[in-house]
Formats: sequence, C-alpha cells, structure tokens
Amino acid sequence: MSSGSPDTELACTVRVVLPVHLRALAGVGREVQVDVRGPVTAGSVLSRLEEQYPMLRGTIRDHDTLRRRPFVRYFACEQDLSHDPDNTPLPDPVASGAEPLLIVGAMAGG
Amino acid sequence: MASVRVLVGTHKGGFILTADGSRNEWEVSGPHFPGWDVYHMQASPVDPDRIWASMSGGWFGQVVQRSDDGGATWNPVGNRFAYDGEPGTHLFYDGTPRPFAFTRVWHLEPSLTDPDTVFAGVEDAALFRSTDGGQEWAELPALRQHRTAAQWQPGAGGMCLHTIILDPSRPERIYTAISAAGAFRSDDDGTSWTPINQGLRSEGIPDPAAEVGHCVHRLALHPSRPDTLFMQKHWDVMRTDDAGTTWREISGNLPTDFGFAIDVHAHEPDTVYVVPITSDYHHFPLDGRLQVWRSRTGGDEWEPLSRGLPQKDCYVNVLRDAMAVDSLDSCGVYFGTTGGQVYASSDAGDSWSAIARDLPAVLSVEVQTLA
Repeated sequence: MSSGSPDTELACTVRVVLPVHLRALAGVGREVQVDVRGPVTAGSVLSRLEEQYPMLRGTIRDHDTLRRRPFVRYFACEQDLSHDPDNTPLPDPVASGAEPLLIVGAMAGG
Repeated sequence: MASVRVLVGTHKGGFILTADGSRNEWEVSGPHFPGWDVYHMQASPVDPDRIWASMSGGWFGQVVQRSDDGGATWNPVGNRFAYDGEPGTHLFYDGTPRPFAFTRVWHLEPSLTDPDTVFAGVEDAALFRSTDGGQEWAELPALRQHRTAAQWQPGAGGMCLHTIILDPSRPERIYTAISAAGAFRSDDDGTSWTPINQGLRSEGIPDPAAEVGHCVHRLALHPSRPDTLFMQKHWDVMRTDDAGTTWREISGNLPTDFGFAIDVHAHEPDTVYVVPITSDYHHFPLDGRLQVWRSRTGGDEWEPLSRGLPQKDCYVNVLRDAMAVDSLDSCGVYFGTTGGQVYASSDAGDSWSAIARDLPAVLSVEVQTLA
C-alpha cells in the first residue's frame, strides 16, 4: 500500500524498531508493530506507537509540541529521515511493512 | 527485627541495598533502569513499599517510575511536566534572559500523609505535585512566578530545584532550595513564597547579601525541631532557628566549608553531618582524605570522622542528595560518592564501611528504616 494514499479503510502495519532504553521502558522486544490508518508518516506512526505504549510519550518527542527530541533520530531504508517534516510520507517499504522504521538514540557517548 | 533499605540513584541506574537491623550484611539489587541517570529514589513514609524513582537522560528525556512492592517491580507513571502558563525567563550563565525549559526531575518528595501525593523539584527550577499516584503532574506556579525569578541564574549543574522539605508540624509549610537562587518558604501550601536568604553572604554575586542569587546546595531539618534548618551553601555551613527568616554561619572549625551534602542525626537534633570538599574549583576531599565532619553542638564545633574511610589518594565527590540517616536506636549514617562507593556507619559516624564499592557515580542516597 502506498504511503501516499489518502484516507483508507485499511490499516498499514508498520514495523518500528526501538532503542534498548525504550524497549525496557515499554516492556517489549526489539521490534513492535503498529497499525496506521491514513498516510504513513513519522507523525502518524509515532502517534499510534504512543497510543499503544503510553509510557513512551515524551521520550521520543515532546509531549506538547510533538517535536523530535534532539538526540533521537528516525532512520529507514538506509536514510536519515529525522529532519523531514513529520507529515512527510515514509518510504513505501516502511508503509508496506517490508522495512522497519528505526528509532535511534544518536551516537552521543555516555 | 527492623531492617534497612537504602535507595541509591546513580549515573547509570538505581540500586537498592538491604540489610537487617545489625547492618552488617548487605544485599544489592539492581541496576534498576540500567543506563538511565537516576537522580533520585524516595519512598512514601505512609506506605514504605511505595517507592518513586526519577530517571532521565539526554536521549529520551524524563521518566518517573513507581514501585508498590518495595522495589521488586516498577511501572512508569506520568512524565509530562508542563509549566503552568507562560514559562517566563530566568538569566542564563551569560546573563541573558532565557525561557524556563523543563529538563529533568532532580528530587521527589512524597507527602508525609498521603501515599498518592508526591512533589517533584525540577530543572529549570519549578515545583510540581501529583495527587493521583504520579499519573498527572501540576505545577505549583507561584514559585517560578516569584517576582525575583527573572533574576535567577543556574548553578554549574543547571538551574535545579533540588531540595523540598515538608514541615511535619505545619502541613501547609514547604521549604525549597534552588541553585543558584537560594532558599524559599511557603506557609500556604505553595500558593505564595518568601525568599529566606537573610544572613547568607556569597562572594560570587555582585551583592553578597542579595535577597536571591545564593547557591544553596542543601537544607536539612530535624522533625522534632522544625524551625531549625541547617544549610550547606556553596561555601559556608549555615543555621536558622526561625524557619529561615535569619541565618547565621556555623562553619566554625571546619577545614573547608565548601560542600554539598548535609544531614541531621535521627535522634539528636543538634548533631549535624557534612562532608567538606576542598573548593568550588576542586570537587574532592581535602588532601585526598575522605572525612565526614560531625557537630554535636548544632554547629560551630566540628570533629572529623574518618575511621574506615580512605585517608589517602581519594578524590571523589559527595553530591547534595547523597547523604541520609536511618532511625534505628544507634543512628545509621549513609553517603554515596561519585566514585561509586556507598559508605555506611551504624554508630552515628564513629566508624564507616563501604556497603557497595563499585557502582556508577552516586547521585542520591535515601534510607528507609523498616519495622
């Protein structure tokens, strides 16, 4: 299913890979799946992720502004999508479930 | 038989140390929340198995966890700390105005009467409260909106509200301390605040006796004498006997009166402990000798306590929230170091031993005395 599709009755199942801190916080494994209706964007995927795992609210993006936290990155299909507006359609392989969206803690030491 | 539970927050997780009342053999559990900066863990005095933990980090921000079984299992609770209304500005290190922005929770102070109520002191300095077990947090905005707040500047660790003391004799009275604004008191449950810094002198600010701007590192109070507080300021150890209205210096014969931690003996309100640190530029013990200094006279006269502590080549620090006491008959005193040691004394400081030696840098130490 194309990520650029308008609203549709069918949901896309998107795979999301979480960093280890957030796996422990949410009590999940390396990868989770979220069902997204409508355009598959970083914003829509994260909103569904936060609905399913409310303890992740505020850890990837700000509670209120929904801006990405500075040391978090979004990767997919070997691209850094972090700086795209969060309503940008994700690549088709992410929308189809062939490739995951990776939530990554920036390499910042510590 | 009574037992003791020591809650240790570190730079890379939380640890819980337990022992029976003899305090000879210690078990260590953890790390809880490995990889996170655990700034503080603190238990409810009403429900001792309810423990709160503040964990944060540069990547994923702030999380608060709560245990209802003494630390065996944990659940995340609310982590939205939104300032009430316009954040306003404070002064940044360079003296320019900067909007208040939430960074982390430094200190959690559970209510003395209600297990579902807990206060949070945060950076940038503000006081929050939850009354529903941590699910929702609401700011008590009058402190951040104080007429002096635009003049507040951060200390080296950030502009943190790091100390919250609830007066056991007057439920509507709250003390807070902010680096580097000073100490504040509310007599109306946080609705209004008074700076209580009269008598402090800080050479690092333009007016050494200013109403605000003092880098107060820590306050301590004995429940039996709630109008007396002890303060470790950046430099100077201070005391008030009128609930902070006036302070006097009690550094006396301390070898240096710079330091971070201060606490009071559980049964002797005039017995006070500090850990002298060389200076603001040298955050380690004087001459590489780690010593706690004790006053049995409410200040001015101090004695070094070093038996069991390293007396050569020791260059750790003891941070502001990293000292606590138990309330067993022979008062136990505990402190943690940036070198990862937790030292304990079961004889009110006369002798010490390491009950954990190789933890990550210790940020906070709290102690529960369990029946």
